[in-house]
Amino acid sequence: MNAVVTILIDGLTYASWLFIVAVGLTLVFGVLKILNIAHGSFYAIGAYAAASFVAWAATMKWAPGFSIVAMLLAAVAVAAVMAPLTERGLLRFFYGRDEVLLVLVTYAMFLILEDVTKLLWGANPYYVSEPYSLFGNLHVGVQTWVGYDFFLVALALVVGLAVWWGLNRTRQGKITLAVIHSAEVAASMGVNVSRVYMAAFSVGIFLAALGGAFTAPMISVQPGVSVGVIVVSFAVVIIGGLGSIEGAAVGALIVGLARSLAVHVAPVAELFSIYIVMAVVLMFRPEGLFQRTQARKI
Amino acid sequence: MSADISEAGPTLLHVDRVNKRFGAVVAAAEIMLIVYPGECVSLIGSNGAGKTTLVNMITGYLKPDDGRISFDGRDITALAPREITRLGVARSFQIPQLYGELTVLDNLLVANACHDQRLSFWQPAQRPEAIDRAERLLERFRLSEHRGRRVAELPGGVRKLLDIAMALTGAPKLLLLDEPTSGVSAEEKFPMMDTIMSALGHEAMTVLFVEHDMDIVERYASRVVAFYAGRVIADGAPDAALADDAVRRYVTGELLAQ
Amino acid sequence: MTASVTVPSAPVVVRAAPRRFGLVVLAAGAFVLLAAAGYVFPRWLTFLLTMAAGNGLVSLGIVALMRGGVVPFGQGMVFAAGGYTAALVYNKLGFTDALGLALFGGIAAVLVAAPFAPLLSRYRGIFFAMLTLALSMVTYGLLMKLDALGGSDGFNVGRPTLLGQKLPDDRVGYTLYLLTIFVATVAAVAMRIFFDSTRGLVTLAVRENELRVEYLGGSVRQAMAINFVVAAFCAGLGGALVVLSLGHIEPDFSFWTTSGEFVFVAILAGWQSVAAVFIASTVLEIVRSFSSAYFPNTWQLALGLFLLFVIRFLPRGIGSLWTKRRGH
Repeated sequence: MNAVVTILIDGLTYASWLFIVAVGLTLVFGVLKILNIAHGSFYAIGAYAAASFVAWAATMKWAPGFSIVAMLLAAVAVAAVMAPLTERGLLRFFYGRDEVLLVLVTYAMFLILEDVTKLLWGANPYYVSEPYSLFGNLHVGVQTWVGYDFFLVALALVVGLAVWWGLNRTRQGKITLAVIHSAEVAASMGVNVSRVYMAAFSVGIFLAALGGAFTAPMISVQPGVSVGVIVVSFAVVIIGGLGSIEGAAVGALIVGLARSLAVHVAPVAELFSIYIVMAVVLMFRPEGLFQRTQARKI
Repeated sequence: MSADISEAGPTLLHVDRVNKRFGAVVAAAEIMLIVYPGECVSLIGSNGAGKTTLVNMITGYLKPDDGRISFDGRDITALAPREITRLGVARSFQIPQLYGELTVLDNLLVANACHDQRLSFWQPAQRPEAIDRAERLLERFRLSEHRGRRVAELPGGVRKLLDIAMALTGAPKLLLLDEPTSGVSAEEKFPMMDTIMSALGHEAMTVLFVEHDMDIVERYASRVVAFYAGRVIADGAPDAALADDAVRRYVTGELLAQ
Repeated sequence: MTASVTVPSAPVVVRAAPRRFGLVVLAAGAFVLLAAAGYVFPRWLTFLLTMAAGNGLVSLGIVALMRGGVVPFGQGMVFAAGGYTAALVYNKLGFTDALGLALFGGIAAVLVAAPFAPLLSRYRGIFFAMLTLALSMVTYGLLMKLDALGGSDGFNVGRPTLLGQKLPDDRVGYTLYLLTIFVATVAAVAMRIFFDSTRGLVTLAVRENELRVEYLGGSVRQAMAINFVVAAFCAGLGGALVVLSLGHIEPDFSFWTTSGEFVFVAILAGWQSVAAVFIASTVLEIVRSFSSAYFPNTWQLALGLFLLFVIRFLPRGIGSLWTKRRGH
């Protein structure tokens, strides 16, 4: 019984992290029809920025609790700087082109950002572990969990609700939904599609950076962080269905539980359990669980 | 209503009580159609009457809800387009389906290669026999001057002719033309049909063509089949069919529909 | 696929038969030239060119698939299959002939790819890319965890022999260089012939209009499945040759960033010229080496900028610079 609880909780915490990372990716695909390889890069930049901001907050003698604020600010800063730069400065020249071509453009972005990150922050790892102990520890039965992990669960819920509410309950959100359905029709009805693109992409980057910023206390922030995140978030988004927020949530849960199961029951499968699920979904239900896009199959 | 089955000769195409619905829309209702070798049948009817749906079902792109279609004695109802093409049924498209990035000649070589039963890993696509066949086809369609041009840059009439020429590459027994003169200017229509018909005249070809222009229909068809709301409402020689009340009401618009 | 703007431009060139003899002569000449040059080049340069040729083989396979309109993001899977097979055959079976090992690598890659070919032949666009990616990451995960295959460290491969001859210290690099260039040249000629064949032409047609191919009697799925297997063979050859020159194999061969580099070279080269693939592969190796030496932490930046430049201004790749319009 204890083992089951452990697996479930581990799965849930991992799923939360996955969701925060993947929801921005699926949103960007849903609106702009771009599968953004550089999403992982924005995650990494968020982590680095958080490391810097938290360190700066420490030198300013802020109370430890305010490091959360620092991390949030880091995510906002990343989005504020990177979004206009990459969307206006680069991506918009390629809108309307083939979807795989756009993936390649984002791959180029990823390559560039990898080195830009190294040039800005150096190649040595950063540790910003103080916030990790902010929420103390939780004892469930024999197991001890770090409170921060549950904070991430709460954060994932907040992010999910915020995105859902933003899309379904606000005017801007409904306009965005219209663009998701058909940019052409929306444009012909007077919607400023390029502004919607800009907004959606900014939110996407913000969410990626948010994921990175709040994960920073749990990892060593170093070059290569982006690389692992990219494929994992692709897996979640494919499983859930490209462009679907609910799909990202369900996909994250499935992947989280699959990995948790593998880690505790069959460690050999840990690394590829995620990709097996991704491959199986692609083989049998390529649109994912919450269909938004038609899978290009003949 | 349907063609007199006591006519001499084996049937080439037999559409037997074919039905097709798309939700609430009836695209085909109890369609019966028999075509004999050598006929030149025009399918007429207003938009949405079911002509193109029938063409799609004959060529295997759509499957009827019920009924059978047989060609040359074989039941082709459930076959894929590729298999039906190999049996000798070819079609051209209302919007020409071409390879814009390739030259006119290469488009025909593609058609040649696709039809080839023994595709090769090393035999060049541009070998002399294949080029010869393609060039002869180009001559028949009076397209020789365009042979080296990139298809995406060609005018509409040339593209339509090429589309039909490609369908002919496999020496089909039955050719279905989907609105061969649509998108072509009024002065060009007759010369174009002349070119097509004379190009076809070299072989014993059975033709079904979907057409909206009644002048073209009168001039080139040996038989007319009229459609309305998924049903065949007339089937016979052009003068008889075009004088039919139902046709005048629902197709040509000479009588106001009630 | 893409809605392209019909600006008057050169049509895609489909080459005629008589050129074939000229092709072989050209290839032989290129090989002789490279062989002679390699004799005088410094060791680091022949090694760089060996890597360029071996990796180029993988990108050559990707070009075969791109001609059909799909971009695989997981060729690392078959690259690793070729490499691991060569390494295992060497270590476990004691078979050391380099040419034989290369062929083993190619065949093994085909065996790995073949079961997936019919499945993958039905996918296009992002889903094709993602499925190939997923399969290569599954392979990576397996390789990392299987200790029998060396786990995350991989394992080493000793010095190969060639046609019965042992290779002494001062000749190893040059001999492997010659072998790799030779295999690459033969593969290049074979692929060029394949691209110009009837199957090759049908592949180009599939890229532009699948519907018409089926209506003309051709099989789209068969064409794409065959291309996938052919690409695997090339990648397997490349994997084996690279392993023999590196002396080491590890799971990274199947990681997505490795696959990404192969795609980069294929995009840079374009799919019209076979020579362009190997030139592009050499460019990648040069950028990688020089950046590490002189401007550390910039080679990915350079690659990324390169890629953007090509996508924006040379969408048909560098091969389009010399594949001129030819009338018939």
